[in-house]
Amino acid sequence: MAILMEKKFPVEAGAYETAGEASTTIKRTLKQLGVSAEVLRHVSVACYEVELNLVIHSEGGTLTLQVEPDKVTLISEDVGPGIPDIEKAMTEGYSTANAEARTLGFGAGMGLPNMKRNATAFDIQSEVGRGTTITMSFALSS
Amino acid sequence: MNIRELIELTGATNMTPETDPEQEVTCGYTCDLLSWVMAHGKAGMAWITVQTHMNVIAVASLMEMAAVIIPEEIEMEETSLAKAREEGICVLQSGKTAFELCAEMARAGLPGTPRED
Repeated sequence: MAILMEKKFPVEAGAYETAGEASTTIKRTLKQLGVSAEVLRHVSVACYEVELNLVIHSEGGTLTLQVEPDKVTLISEDVGPGIPDIEKAMTEGYSTANAEARTLGFGAGMGLPNMKRNATAFDIQSEVGRGTTITMSFALSS
Repeated sequence: MNIRELIELTGATNMTPETDPEQEVTCGYTCDLLSWVMAHGKAGMAWITVQTHMNVIAVASLMEMAAVIIPEEIEMEETSLAKAREEGICVLQSGKTAFELCAEMARAGLPGTPRED
């Protein structure tokens, strides 16, 4: 289906101070487009989790928002380091977050499972040394 | 219960008097793991946490919470408070512990959150 809107947001590795800015902008954009409160909530949670993952775990990446008539898609692409064991990473409670992230209250091992729970469709592809791509879509009609 | 009534109940100091005192508070919660709050937060929530950095406001704003309550006279950074004002999130500071605050709020009839899973 036709993409009505596409926006890209660069996310810097380790930038805890500005973490959440892309998610806040995406939420505002979708709110202006008239997306329902329930869908908005699911997108916001998944978006913030994936943005945080880029800040905590990646070497930098980009968050892309695509809006189609029947769905919203979020794509997170980073430049590394890649996830060696995706199944393990998807396990609730498992985290490789560093001390800084944990001090701030992150690294509970909830991020990826929480994204999957909130998205209508969730896909993760990763290669060590190349990077990780997470694609999440959210249906706009029930 | 609204923000004004929550302030009267707890005796907390409003660090963001610019925000709407009439905003409805729907439920109470306490947790310091932001990842956990992202999974369990609700719109209109009054969230008690000892965390004071910018990400607290980002989470509260994304979840459309009514208020963040900082217990035990812990001070929130000015950058976080500025962000809270910008996002319309009320920040309250209290000398009480999270436990005491929860007890007061619960006694006044404010519900917790139902478990979804």
